[in-house]
Amino acid sequence: MPAEKRIRVLIAKPGLDGHDRGAKIIARALRDAGMEVIYTGLRQTPEMIASAAVQEDVDVIGLSILSGAHNTLVPQLLELLKQKGMGDVTVLLGGTIPEADISGLKKAGVAEIFLPGTSTQDIVDFVKNRAAK
Amino acid sequence: MPADRQPTPRPAAGEKPPERAPEFTTVSGYPIRGLYSPADLSGHDAARELGLPGAPPYTRGIHPAMYRSRLWTMRQFAGFGSARDTNERFRYLLTQGQSGLSVAFDLPTLMGYDSDHSLSEGEVGKCGVAISSLADMEALFDRIPLGSVSTSMTINSPAAILWAMYLAVAEKQGVDWKLLSGTLQNDILKEYIAQKEYIYPPKPSMRLVIDTFEFAARHTPKFNPISISGYHIREAGSTAIQELAFTLRDGIEYVEWGVRRGLAVDDFAPALSFFFNAHNDFFEQIAKYRAARRLWYKTMTERFGAKLARSSALRFHAQTAGCSLTAQQPYNNVVRTAVQALAAVMGGAQSLHTNSLDEAWALPTEFAATLALRTQQILAHETGVANTVDPFGGSYFVETLTNEMEEAARKYIRKIDDLGGMIAAIEQGYPQREIADAAYRYQVSVDRKEKIIVGVNAFAGEETPIEILRIGESVREEQTARLGKLRAERSNDEVARQLASLRLAAQGTENLMPHIYSAVKAYATLGEICDALREVFGTHEEASVT
Repeated sequence: MPAEKRIRVLIAKPGLDGHDRGAKIIARALRDAGMEVIYTGLRQTPEMIASAAVQEDVDVIGLSILSGAHNTLVPQLLELLKQKGMGDVTVLLGGTIPEADISGLKKAGVAEIFLPGTSTQDIVDFVKNRAAK
Repeated sequence: MPADRQPTPRPAAGEKPPERAPEFTTVSGYPIRGLYSPADLSGHDAARELGLPGAPPYTRGIHPAMYRSRLWTMRQFAGFGSARDTNERFRYLLTQGQSGLSVAFDLPTLMGYDSDHSLSEGEVGKCGVAISSLADMEALFDRIPLGSVSTSMTINSPAAILWAMYLAVAEKQGVDWKLLSGTLQNDILKEYIAQKEYIYPPKPSMRLVIDTFEFAARHTPKFNPISISGYHIREAGSTAIQELAFTLRDGIEYVEWGVRRGLAVDDFAPALSFFFNAHNDFFEQIAKYRAARRLWYKTMTERFGAKLARSSALRFHAQTAGCSLTAQQPYNNVVRTAVQALAAVMGGAQSLHTNSLDEAWALPTEFAATLALRTQQILAHETGVANTVDPFGGSYFVETLTNEMEEAARKYIRKIDDLGGMIAAIEQGYPQREIADAAYRYQVSVDRKEKIIVGVNAFAGEETPIEILRIGESVREEQTARLGKLRAERSNDEVARQLASLRLAAQGTENLMPHIYSAVKAYATLGEICDALREVFGTHEEASVT
């Protein structure tokens, strides 16, 4: 049986926000679903996240932002990823994201935004389906 | 089977009626029996374990008449944008009947960065008000008389500095510090455990906290230099028992450090205050507050030999659970908040914040913030629950649950004692792991629909977006301009002198409050003062527990 390459996910907390309950739960759920998960810890700049993504050669980056800083930090990260040749990485976002900001963030390159109330299974399924493409 | 499709159970003749679930647990997962009766309280000495409100062990309340004498303080947490924006919201809430102020600061302020720091980009004014200097603090309290309004400030790592700014504003208003009433959150231990707004490592952070205890005991007898908090521990996903246990064990750590500093317990313990969550499970909250009072009384008298009544009577602020608010069907949150607030009142809270319906999406609009305040006013004036003290006292259920929660909390406290105390436990990742595990267990139960969240995993439907508060990037621009002006107009020599003196003092053991106060009055910025301390204390990095 061919060895299946495990999906590699970076879970990151950009900016000053210290609310890590959701990020840690997602990290654990993805790990339980068989993925390789690296959690960056708190207070990561976009530069630190982009560097970690390159270093860890991840397929997916999950960002958690509850601080309202998403419209500043996410585009910065997406730009850095492009510059580092990581433009193909799937970028996901969760946290406190107003409805009105969703389309702008998706246009900028976020693959999907998961609002409060999302089940962990929905996120696992999304990542697996995305990887299968 | 989804909750909205259950059949009505029909028992066969002579059989006990089947129940809706194989077991019933609180939101925290604590098992609850079908019926509580006198047998559950056999051996329970009500005279000793309950007593009267206002008398040891304070289970029934810390004052004899509680809300019959004075309603709880309606203290709504508020803050966003610039000091001017928040000042306007403060003055509005005061005209609407709020009885005390509570300041929410933005993330840069919470983390000791000025609004124009590179790490502040995108964050200024978004989660609270941006305060970078005494000038901002003066604007924040413009036309608010600090001698007659009490203020709570939710600030932790830089608490001593924001407090110094507040004291400086009071001095400018001509208010005697002995009259100043309020609270500083200033509970650094729970930052390492849950809220994660730490800057410095534990030991120098504790030194700063004890400096504030000492300073408050001498200069501001009506000001609580600390609000020992469980709210954030619960928000991070702990159970109610963990919230109770970790909070009181944090309290024990602070008292130990105060005593080690040479302070007499009765000189500083009366000023310690607490802050608990008011989550969805109604009776679990009430039992938690009652257990907290009794356990703190026993701890302060037995463990620390406190003699004054005020040293062992636990005073607490409560906030309804932010983590229970849903983005879906946000008007449901009004109901959640009302029930949670009711629990806090039934549990004898001294002050209360009620969340707004839109807070899963953004900071509250004026409309939502007003409705949250009205919720408290309706409870106070229309429901009758404030007419008598501890209405659930004597309930077989509530007294049994109170006893059980006290006992369960004691087990955790003993465990943390065995680990070497709370700082040692934090360094070993113990409370953090307990919380992460509890949070994950809860999420699994929600995903499996074992725990129902109305509008989310049951009774969901078409969503209609609501209007929310938007905070633009102009606050950072305005703040940057203000800081430029401040740095141009103040004496930079004086600031440099003050910071040098602070750095020197920080390397020793003297109380830093007078130094911080002088620096603040010279218009040294928050960032400059915090950086001076960063140089001496270093910064803390956590080893993440997922």
